[in-house]
Amino acid sequence: MAEPLIEFKDVTKRFGEKTVLDRVNLEIYEGEVTTIIGLSGSGKTVLLKHIIGLITPDEGTILFRGKPITDVKKSDIAMSYMFQGNALFDFMTVYDNVALPLRETTNLSRPEVKRRVMTRLEQTELADAARKYPSEISGGMQKRAALARALVTDPQIVLFDEPTTGQDPVRKNAILSMISQYQRSFGFTAILVSHEIPDVYFISNRILALYGGSIVFQGSPEELEDFDHPFKREVIHSLEGLQKELTGLHSRRQFKMRYRDQLSGDAIGATYSVAVFTLEELDTVASRLGHEAAQEAIKSLGVFLDKHFGAIGGFSTRHSMNEYVTVLPATDLAEAEGILGNFIRDFQVQEQAILDIWTAAQRRSDSEECVALTMLAGTAQGNPSQELESVIDLAKHQQKVIARIRCITQGESR
Amino acid sequence: MAPPEQDKEKEAPKGPARLLAEPFALTGRKAISWIDNMGASTIFLMRAFVKIFRPKQFFKIIEQLYYIGAGSMLIIMLVGLFTGMVLGLQSYHALVKFGSEGALGTLVSLSLIRELGPVLTAIMITARAGSAITAEIGSQRISEQLDALKTMRIDPLRFLISPRIAASIISFPLLTALFDVIGIIGGYISGVVLLGVNAGTYLHRVQSSVEMKDITDGFVKAMVFAVIVTTVCCYQGYFAHMRTDSHGARAIGRATTSAVVLSCVLILVADYIVTSLLI
Repeated sequence: MAEPLIEFKDVTKRFGEKTVLDRVNLEIYEGEVTTIIGLSGSGKTVLLKHIIGLITPDEGTILFRGKPITDVKKSDIAMSYMFQGNALFDFMTVYDNVALPLRETTNLSRPEVKRRVMTRLEQTELADAARKYPSEISGGMQKRAALARALVTDPQIVLFDEPTTGQDPVRKNAILSMISQYQRSFGFTAILVSHEIPDVYFISNRILALYGGSIVFQGSPEELEDFDHPFKREVIHSLEGLQKELTGLHSRRQFKMRYRDQLSGDAIGATYSVAVFTLEELDTVASRLGHEAAQEAIKSLGVFLDKHFGAIGGFSTRHSMNEYVTVLPATDLAEAEGILGNFIRDFQVQEQAILDIWTAAQRRSDSEECVALTMLAGTAQGNPSQELESVIDLAKHQQKVIARIRCITQGESR
Repeated sequence: MAPPEQDKEKEAPKGPARLLAEPFALTGRKAISWIDNMGASTIFLMRAFVKIFRPKQFFKIIEQLYYIGAGSMLIIMLVGLFTGMVLGLQSYHALVKFGSEGALGTLVSLSLIRELGPVLTAIMITARAGSAITAEIGSQRISEQLDALKTMRIDPLRFLISPRIAASIISFPLLTALFDVIGIIGGYISGVVLLGVNAGTYLHRVQSSVEMKDITDGFVKAMVFAVIVTTVCCYQGYFAHMRTDSHGARAIGRATTSAVVLSCVLILVADYIVTSLLI
């Protein structure tokens, strides 16, 4: 395995009598999105502040590329931090806030500073608010301004302290989607502290679980699904609501529970079918209409799926950033294909369906640009002795285009 | 190894002896805390002072000069005018008993230039700009803006404190000079215009009594007061989050009060010390 970029070795931190971090050991790898999860007050922000150097440990060592972080020059670590409370400077405009690190720590010319700042402001949909002060913009816009400031210096490592606090479900997912997109585009290492379970699973390569002052789990989101520990009952289950805020569909946990309940009680050999729906080119929608528009499209599709399949006993959940999975109990492949055919006919005949998805996305955007949107669907049959994930993979391989919008204008759906 | 506080707890006397010892212990703790803070604020000043000469400071100093200096001109002129007028009024009635009302110009000008000008200017700037500095830096501390500067590799001392110290050192003497001039005019208004002292006598006495040493001593005091006021006000705001008597917005309020009161007391203490050294 690659050498960790950042490593904690037996890091301990106390505030008075209280031990917040107790012999914490963890590894963070370069180029990945690592999310730290835990209950409120468990020490996630304290842990994050150790990485940036705002707090020093009472015991233990923090290593950066194998060397103690105290021995590494600050100029050799390009790191930035996005605070939970934003920490914008009230006496500066949004533009000046974002420009501050460039003006104070680089020798870039004014035109170059302006170009970089405006690029970030446009990416975070704040170009119109550039000359406003933080007190004159909404909480959501302040959060995006803080994000723009964190990214303007093109850092190697970016720390995000609860980046979605106070946002509505669409904006939460839009921010997470934005972080994921920037991380992929610029290749920085992202370290997040978040409560947004399971939405953060979609963008994270690695999860660190902080419980009782220690890291009790380090691994992928898939490995966390199989992790058996009191942490899961106390933290994951309490944070993961019964229904996801964005789509109104089942959460992944509820989805799996229902899958087990409905299908394990059936006779051995009983079949079910799985349908996988994918919205392609969501990244293009995000970049041309904005991340909120992309999330609104996803949300609208979820609502439509629930309305159609929920009525006939199916249950659905969001499987990844742009994918939904629907299970149809006691349904073989032929029946499932028939149900899917009805769904497609409804979808196409009722042009309003896909237009609704487009309209919802457009409402969240100021752009009137043409954007293509393609929906894929595929089915597969499974039985209770098979792993659900393998059936889902099979369905994904069978996907074909069921609806497409080439250039979205009013009244046109194909 | 037990923390020092626990060791002291083990050694503390019990019963009636404790009641007798407690006032001394309390006084001792206060004195040690005070000396700690004096040392810490001196280090704070030294670190901020050397950063005045780092790059990218010029425009920040100009901005603070505008706020501390230009922004205080009106209040300084107003206070200077009425200080001069009341000094002229009181001095006239004292001097006329000895038939020495002709010395009014000497008394007004030397009192203002040597003492009242530097002291009252410093106190008025403390009230206007010093309290605002404490409140502003305190709120920036509480809302993690100072931490945000550190995460951007911007030194908060260089960015926030050094320009204020530089601007104060420049503006305090200039505002003191303005206070003195307006004060002398105020003395002229009350003494000459209202009470009938001879104008030529008044102005001649002002010119002949005031020496260059009086003016430079006044400016030296003004610069000393500038350093004291800015250091105290910035220090109180910068460490507002570490107050033990309060937290959050209340801590900022108490820090502001402490800054103003401490600055005024230290101005008067420093006034005596500097005067005794310069005389």
